[in-house]
Amino acid sequence: MTMGAALFLLVAVATVAAALGVVLHPNPVKSAIFLVVTLFLLAIVFVLLEAHMIAALQVIVYAGAIMVLFLFVIMLLNLQDDDPERGRHRYVLRGLAWLGGVVLAVELALLLRGATMGGGEVPADYGSAEAVARSLYTDFLLPFELTSILLLVAVVGAVLLAQKQRRSSLP
Amino acid sequence: MIVPTQWVLMLSAVLFAIGVVGVLVRRNVIVIFMAIELMLNAVNLSFIALARARGAVDGQVVVFFVMTVAAAEAAVGLAIIIASFRNRSTVNVDELALLRG
Repeated sequence: MTMGAALFLLVAVATVAAALGVVLHPNPVKSAIFLVVTLFLLAIVFVLLEAHMIAALQVIVYAGAIMVLFLFVIMLLNLQDDDPERGRHRYVLRGLAWLGGVVLAVELALLLRGATMGGGEVPADYGSAEAVARSLYTDFLLPFELTSILLLVAVVGAVLLAQKQRRSSLP
Repeated sequence: MIVPTQWVLMLSAVLFAIGVVGVLVRRNVIVIFMAIELMLNAVNLSFIALARARGAVDGQVVVFFVMTVAAAEAAVGLAIIIASFRNRSTVNVDELALLRG
């Protein structure tokens, strides 16, 4: 096994462990920290797949900006550990959810087992900022411009929804 | 390529399944939101892997858009959570059952 494959397996195992931490830890702050770890490890996988630009964006935008937003909200709401669940069928439902998740993962893995996919050599600048930007500003120009409108609407919506008091009478 | 594409796609499948389970078993709406982010990242990973397998950067551009939409979704979603917490003082989805008929 090559060095790169061993590194991939190591990172993959760590990623799955951190993702399980997100789902299993009762404290929301620690779940968020586990999610930051998962996103960092995924950035390493992106580098192994020669997506350098996206790996940088993953760390800056996801692990940086979005997760800081999550942590701000968790701390703003002053959340403690989750209450233990109530209800008669909780263990049955929880078991069924895990069973469904395992079935989904096994099913997807079996689906991929026999497939053959490419993966030959790529040009030296593959995944660089220049290569991604060229595609982004030529082939995907219209979606890129629409994205700016989406972000504007999201900013206005977030401010409107989260502000303290709204005017009682609409214009 | 340093590893077969299937390996990466299987990692993506496992992460997606963990995200699905997270949405199903957790009752805290913020943790459910984090599990959704996990699923988005699993799909991003398969986009990157298949872009590498095809030797084209288009998949990476799609990941860029997914990140943008995820950022917008996180901002709006967390604002909704804050607004609902202000009114109901809870983030437990079992108690946020106003839309149940």
